[in-house]
Amino acid sequence: MPLKTLWHRMGSPRWMYQMSGSWVWVLGVMATVLLIVGSLWGLAFAPADYQQGNSFRIIYIHVPTAIVSQSTYMLLGAAGLVLLVWRMKLADMVLATAVPFGMSMTALALFTGAVWGKPTWGTWWVWDARTTSMLVLLFLYFGLYALRQAIPRQETAGRACAVLALVGVINIPIIKYSVDWWLTLHQPATFKLTEAPAMPPEMWLPLAVNVLGIYCLLGAVVLAALRLEILRRERDTQWVRELVAAR
Amino acid sequence: MSVAGVFVGQLRREFKLLLQSREELANPLIFLFLALTLFALGGGGSPEMLRDFAPAIIWVLVLLANLLALEGLFRRDYDDGSLEMLVLMAEPLFLPVLAKIFAHWIYSGLAMTVLAPLAALILFLPAEVLPTLLLTLLVGTPALSLIGAIGAALTVSLRRGGVLLALLVLPLYVPVLIFGAGAVVEAMAGIENMAQIYWLLVITMVALTIAPFLVSAALKISLEQ
Repeated sequence: MPLKTLWHRMGSPRWMYQMSGSWVWVLGVMATVLLIVGSLWGLAFAPADYQQGNSFRIIYIHVPTAIVSQSTYMLLGAAGLVLLVWRMKLADMVLATAVPFGMSMTALALFTGAVWGKPTWGTWWVWDARTTSMLVLLFLYFGLYALRQAIPRQETAGRACAVLALVGVINIPIIKYSVDWWLTLHQPATFKLTEAPAMPPEMWLPLAVNVLGIYCLLGAVVLAALRLEILRRERDTQWVRELVAAR
Repeated sequence: MSVAGVFVGQLRREFKLLLQSREELANPLIFLFLALTLFALGGGGSPEMLRDFAPAIIWVLVLLANLLALEGLFRRDYDDGSLEMLVLMAEPLFLPVLAKIFAHWIYSGLAMTVLAPLAALILFLPAEVLPTLLLTLLVGTPALSLIGAIGAALTVSLRRGGVLLALLVLPLYVPVLIFGAGAVVEAMAGIENMAQIYWLLVITMVALTIAPFLVSAALKISLEQ
């Protein structure tokens, strides 16, 4: 029973604002600690790769950003579905605030990939399956951002973005598959991050820490932006006025 | 009205309107050939180079010409209010939507497929891969019209939706381009390519199943403001 009411309470921006104040802090502190520990560990203490030397260390930034950029798009798709089905105001706010985060993470993943590619593959850019689908993902983020900017009425913009996010979520697996297909036929061996079958734990543990850290960052950044968005959109309500007056 | 009646009635209306504005019909096709000419001129007219790039050039230009035709898909109906009438109708909206998309495919995708031999000739595409090119265009272009209609429906209420429409739709066209141009490249290399054509069919079928409903939803959203 409490779970069932939780769903309804979560739809209320006011409840979300009051509850999320402490969540932002917890997630923010966790993200900071995990990312510092993981990055220091990975960059300074993990053993160097026997083939790539120290240049492999960029995976401690690259892989977490790449993973979280895809997860963020899935989050957008889920928010879009919730918005279209249940018309939850909060879902629209998530849809609006998570886009810049996902966009910057995708850009960062592409940038770190290029930096890693230069010493390893000898070139900044390769039309490799993964880089290509990340590039298309970046364009999908651009589209969502541009559509919201173009539609003046907020409610309409939200629902239009929800439809687009859903189409994108359906398309991402097809895009991934088509790009994989395109390359496996033309390029005999795709570059693998590790030639050795498995990384030793002292190499992948810091990576796992950073992946966890970046998910906490996703939560913290999106929640913090969400809180601002709630205040902005609900500025004419009684509770926001009282909140501002109390400060 | 029956389900088929709504569909056929809408289709008939579309064709009547299209025949009244022939230039609108011809413009994307003229654009296709104009751009093909530009590619040939920019490439220095070298037959080897043009032949190697012909599958990519033809498919990319079909994508772009399709995009140009998309802008008008719902625009006129939106401007004169008949789109609102369609939404208010008792019958489900996806029927007239499907008819409109079908009409769009006839004068963009199908017309380009019919004219593709001419494009292949300009770019020195070997005659023996022509059937493959036509087949990929025939099964791939319906997906372009269906997916593109979602973008057109989302941007119909915006005054300057053109560039935005391209930004929304082109990333979604990527799989169609890869399988379409890929099949032709494989045919030129003499490799078995039916798998790509089946994939194009899959994309078209999935788009046919989902797109009409998403377009209907998007049109309702666009009409809200």
